[in-house]
Amino acid sequence: MNETPTVVVQNLCKAFVGPDGKRFAAIDHVSMAVRAGELTALVGPDGAGKTTLIRMMAGLLKPDSGSLQVLGIDVAAHPQSVQDRISYMPQRFGLYEDLSVQENLDLYADLHGVPQEQRHERFTRMLDMTDLARFTERPAGKLSGGMKQKLGLACTLVRSPDLLILDEPSVGVDPLSRRDLWKIVQQLVDEEQLSVIVSTAYMDEAERCGRVVVFNHGRLLADGSPGTLRQRARGMTYTASPPQGTPARELQARLIDRPDLIIDAVPRGGNVRFIRRAEEDEPRLKDVLRDAPYEPRPEELEDAFMMLLRQQEGEKGATKPSGEAPSIAVNGRQDQPVIVVRDLVRKFGDFTAVASTSFEVIRGEIFGLLGPNGAGKTTTFRMLCGLLPATSGYLEVAGRNLRTARAEARGRIGYVSQKFALYGNLSVRENLEFFGGAYGLRGQTLKERIAASLEQFDLDPSAQSGILPPGYKQRLAMATGLLHQPDILFLDEPTSGIDPLARRAFWRTITALAKGGVTIVITTHFMEEAEYCDRIAIQDAGKMLALGTPQQVREQTAASGAQDMNSAFIAIVEQGRAQREIAANSI
Amino acid sequence: MNTSGFTTRLVALTRKEMRQMLRDRSNLIVGLLLPVVLILLFGYGLSFDVKDARVTVVLEDGSPAARHAVAGLQGSPYFAPVWVRTMDEAERLMQEDKTDAILYVPGDFSRQQAAGLGRVQLLLNGVDSTTASTIEGYVSGALSRQGGQQGDRLGNKSAGVASVVIVQRTWFNEPGESTWFFVPGLIVLVMTLIGAFLTSLLIAREWERGTLESLFVTPVRSLELVLAKLAPYTLVGAIDLAMCLLSAKYLFRVPMLGSLWVIVVSSMLYLLVSLALGLFISGATKNQFAASQMALLASFMPAMMLSGFIFDLRNVPVVIQGVSYLLPATHFMSLIKTLFMAGDIWPDILRSCAVLSLYALVLIAATCGKLRKTLDETT
Repeated sequence: MNETPTVVVQNLCKAFVGPDGKRFAAIDHVSMAVRAGELTALVGPDGAGKTTLIRMMAGLLKPDSGSLQVLGIDVAAHPQSVQDRISYMPQRFGLYEDLSVQENLDLYADLHGVPQEQRHERFTRMLDMTDLARFTERPAGKLSGGMKQKLGLACTLVRSPDLLILDEPSVGVDPLSRRDLWKIVQQLVDEEQLSVIVSTAYMDEAERCGRVVVFNHGRLLADGSPGTLRQRARGMTYTASPPQGTPARELQARLIDRPDLIIDAVPRGGNVRFIRRAEEDEPRLKDVLRDAPYEPRPEELEDAFMMLLRQQEGEKGATKPSGEAPSIAVNGRQDQPVIVVRDLVRKFGDFTAVASTSFEVIRGEIFGLLGPNGAGKTTTFRMLCGLLPATSGYLEVAGRNLRTARAEARGRIGYVSQKFALYGNLSVRENLEFFGGAYGLRGQTLKERIAASLEQFDLDPSAQSGILPPGYKQRLAMATGLLHQPDILFLDEPTSGIDPLARRAFWRTITALAKGGVTIVITTHFMEEAEYCDRIAIQDAGKMLALGTPQQVREQTAASGAQDMNSAFIAIVEQGRAQREIAANSI
Repeated sequence: MNTSGFTTRLVALTRKEMRQMLRDRSNLIVGLLLPVVLILLFGYGLSFDVKDARVTVVLEDGSPAARHAVAGLQGSPYFAPVWVRTMDEAERLMQEDKTDAILYVPGDFSRQQAAGLGRVQLLLNGVDSTTASTIEGYVSGALSRQGGQQGDRLGNKSAGVASVVIVQRTWFNEPGESTWFFVPGLIVLVMTLIGAFLTSLLIAREWERGTLESLFVTPVRSLELVLAKLAPYTLVGAIDLAMCLLSAKYLFRVPMLGSLWVIVVSSMLYLLVSLALGLFISGATKNQFAASQMALLASFMPAMMLSGFIFDLRNVPVVIQGVSYLLPATHFMSLIKTLFMAGDIWPDILRSCAVLSLYALVLIAATCGKLRKTLDETT
């Protein structure tokens, strides 16, 4: 193995002009070195500066100051010499959608000058690893999201590079494809002693790497092996069990509301995992936990990561989680279904996007809709919101049949779409006024509702909406969705693209809303977030594969040894696919 | 090693562009069908020629001499004369837009003519000034021809004294067919449209789909990307040029006095300029929609309005003249018209080709600059 480092970064800086016209440091005095033959993870939330650093390594961006050597070459001075030797897979890999799988591979092999005699072997191996051998003639545009990502990786790896750089290869990829991608990378590191730099927002992925470098807001926060990083949380990590019959999220909410005692708390596996502040004493902790029993648990990389983020956030003296439970008065009894779905079917031509699905959602429940890309989640979701008519089946929302009273039903629901669907060049107040008006609120009522929303979500009314940080955009979107005090709030992938701390604050608001009686229907691709839900449904290929509390869903796969939500999810989807294959073969 | 890498990559990229072009049906339709539409539209639909001009003749003088003077209007494909008695009646027809011109022959015409002062009045409907001036030309042509014959017959005793007889002949476009004048210009338009419009999408599409970022971190050089993008569309342009030339020769029977190879070479040179312009716009905007709008505004529209396709550039204000001489289309327009209707005039050919080559080089270099392998915003 080579002793000289593959990448040497010294005092590197890079600034951009932000949407508000001010310069901000995307990479702020970063120094690090990457060893050869090792898998190095750049970890950090969105906007941490990972992509900027990677693009500088690939010679696509010029540093403002500092030095950056890749494979012993000064990248800024000789980008092409570096580009001739590395392979780089950007976040959105540039596949030519109108070219076939084979043609894409050929193109990249030609560009990298892979000799003809080596190609056959390399292609066979890549197609085999990515399981794309059956699809060589298919245009890349007709592949599924996960398959596209795998083809991107295969194109990047048409030759064995001196350094492989992967920018968030698993973003927007479902857990199954994510696992496959990592298998390929791991195999190459083991077999070819490949040096790999990979950026990721997933801790379980970072855990597989030899080395982890943590970033946030352009700063390097920590650098070391997963083992040494974990050490930081030693002795501070615990698991608490909620009293019988209460959801874990209520205990979690209580803990996260005490930043003076608790660094972080998340529901997991029916319990609450938390990190306490080392300096605080037992009695005060017991006081917050009330009677809930708790015990130490082994520390994980995620714990160290959350501690690092909190620490930096604390230094900046920034946002504290909104502790106050927002009070939204909802009339009506508990325990009665507010959403009734029976034999719901949606077809697009010959294609069945949703196949005879049935479930009910109870008032005040948090209901999660999970599934891999293309599973039918979004279609189901749109039908529930009345945005898309069902092909057949019965659909009742807030006591109204969506077939006959769609407009009325819509008046009772709030909808927060995946993309920021507000007007970026209007101020926060103007957006609220507009959407309030659209929901039929006027005069004094509208004023009062806006004032309440601004306070509840801690928003500055005069700020321009388009340049808010992602977490605040999310809050504004929620605020507009809740202005007319709906019975049901629909949230489509609300937490994608916002950092873990903002996600904690977001879920704190959601749990408070649910407590106030608002029914929440949510889709997410963060499997651990399913733990906040009362019940979840897992869909794949339009079929409902699992329905129940997170506990029940996990137990459904107990035989396969699934411990957490992520592996339970993978097991369930794979089971479903295997059964489908058997059914298809028997016909 | 280095040059073989260049060739391999260039061939691979060209093959890729070719495949993409062939699989994108809408692009092919624009590339091959639109020129056919343009050829037919401009060849048949656009004409300054006037046929069956509605001329109302007010003949107050019924004498044979007066009748003879206007007899040229009859039996001609250019005129559909209407005869009326009084000026009032003729004016009414003009008011109602039922006639394009009034030819007034006063009651004392034959007397005056005998004295050598024969005068008629021509009133034109100036709403459409192009048609009006065309009719003016036709009428005066018809009358002078008649007058000339008259003069001959009278032994040029009296008429010849006062009137100068104009013997008119048009060079380079003898029948005065506007098709002869439009069809060479059509080549300019087709080359401009195909070149700039189709290529304007190419780089922008790669920016939008994120494919460039992946391509950048390979041994690829900017020039290879640009050349590979030019190649397939040069082929499409060549097919379009062939269609234009064939239709010019066999459909519209426009004379081609210049040598064919000069016409082809200079047209291909202009095609290269407009392909490069499209690519440059594409690389500069990085957005397909903006690029296609820009391409239309910056190439096709000016080529149509300002290159001398329709209007003689010497008659436009100096500022616009200046602008139009900045357009490569203007240089090619004058060259191709010369080649078609006047023949190989080498000083013109060399000068225009030099200008076009310069444009091609500058634009290709600028496009390479826009494809510098960086994601930094150009500062």
